[in-house]
Amino acid sequence: MSHAVSEPFIRIKDLHKAYGKGTQEFLAISNVGFEVAAGELVALVGPSGCGKTTLLKILAGLQSYDSGEVHIGSPAHSFDPSRDIGMVFQQALLLKWRRVLQNVMLPAEILGLPMRESRERAHELLAMVGLAGFEDKYPYELSGGMQQRAAIARALIHDPKLILMDEPFGALDALTREKMNLELLSIWKRSGKTIVFVTHGIAEAVFLGTRVIVLTAGPARMADNISVSLPEPRVLDVKTSELFGEYSRKIYRQLGLS
Amino acid sequence: MSERPSVDALHRYLPGILAHIALIGAWYAFVTYGHVPSFVVPSPTATVATLGGKNYAWVDNTLVTASEIFGGYCLAVVVGVTIAICFSWSRTVEAAAMPLLVSLNMIPKVALGPLFIVWFSYGIFPNTIIAFSISFFPILLNTSRGFREVEPELLELVRSLRSSKWQTFTKIQLPSALPYIFSGMKVGAILAVAGAIVGEFLGSSRGLGYLMLQVQVALDTAAMFMAVILITLIGVILYGMVIGLERLVIVRDARLQ
Repeated sequence: MSHAVSEPFIRIKDLHKAYGKGTQEFLAISNVGFEVAAGELVALVGPSGCGKTTLLKILAGLQSYDSGEVHIGSPAHSFDPSRDIGMVFQQALLLKWRRVLQNVMLPAEILGLPMRESRERAHELLAMVGLAGFEDKYPYELSGGMQQRAAIARALIHDPKLILMDEPFGALDALTREKMNLELLSIWKRSGKTIVFVTHGIAEAVFLGTRVIVLTAGPARMADNISVSLPEPRVLDVKTSELFGEYSRKIYRQLGLS
Repeated sequence: MSERPSVDALHRYLPGILAHIALIGAWYAFVTYGHVPSFVVPSPTATVATLGGKNYAWVDNTLVTASEIFGGYCLAVVVGVTIAICFSWSRTVEAAAMPLLVSLNMIPKVALGPLFIVWFSYGIFPNTIIAFSISFFPILLNTSRGFREVEPELLELVRSLRSSKWQTFTKIQLPSALPYIFSGMKVGAILAVAGAIVGEFLGSSRGLGYLMLQVQVALDTAAMFMAVILITLIGVILYGMVIGLERLVIVRDARLQ
């Protein structure tokens, strides 16, 4: 590598988290450690109970951990935990009583950002996610995929540095999911955000991630940290390539599925 | 094309309106051709004719009953929703108070009527309290259920933005709970009417329930029918106001069916 080694944006070291006490103790996360550079899209993949959602909540500051280190921000990329996190969940979680535009504005309202600029930005973001013209619709008038796009626009409205996504396309049908994967890549490229993406889809993880962190369950631990280099820009065809297959097979092996 | 909405509305409401008219028609036919004595079932015309009777003091009695119902009901909404909000702020308070309230809810509220009369004497006030006590519980229970059913991930989303308690309440919790509040308010509206009338039966000197007991002695069934119709109308108006308010504040999809 020719460029100077810069400090990572996210640093996680020896992270450990357990629920319950004594013999009832349930290990949610152990021996997890990895780094994420600014602008990366890191996929966390693993079965249910591997602690990937817990890890995401720790990054969001919504949950505590027992030991280890979690540090977000670097000299080059400062991080304010109250306004630099955007979240997208499996359910779009749009407020049913608000129109799409007002839904996208929610984080801006909570953070007290200037309303006029935020409204302009919301319009731009909705156009970017392909929802121009749907600003005044209610969520129930949108399909599942469109709702999830609005949720992505909402996660971007306050221009956060870190986007945390918890199986955001898990509830969509397979074809919509493929389409949303492509759109996420293009949104990520254009916005330059750092994204941590939780999924239990191995193909989805390889297709999206610049890196894939493989987590296993029972006991919860980190099995691998794979750097993915696929031809850019990534197109769906790449999923049939030998290289893609190699990455996928490696993860299947790590998860004990082959 | 501009006529479409009214045509649609006609198609929607006409069957219901016709059913009401048919019921009145059947009532009229039953009384007229069935040779039913008027002290058993009066005809619709005889019933409406009682409105002209001066001794009934319809306006005064209707206003008394209406104010008991509306007063007790509004009190129940305010107190029920306020307590539910307190519960949503403190899980400890809810854990302590909720089982107690569920037990209290098991008391048949009308059984407390004689006690209320001992405590508050005859009149509008004890009847208002009976209307309140009977409509209060469904409002409280539904509202606190509404606050509990808020999507947990929605709360996480706003907590990740470090939203204040007040922001979380006004932007997420209260609007999420509104459909439940209204579903409790609808149940409460029906119960408030029953509560006020039972109160008037137990002891009062004014009101439509009181009037019914007065005319019962004289077997004035027509006036009793009219009183029942007026009581029903008060209930319909209250219920209609709640539904109207619900339509106004809640987006179609968010309403509980």
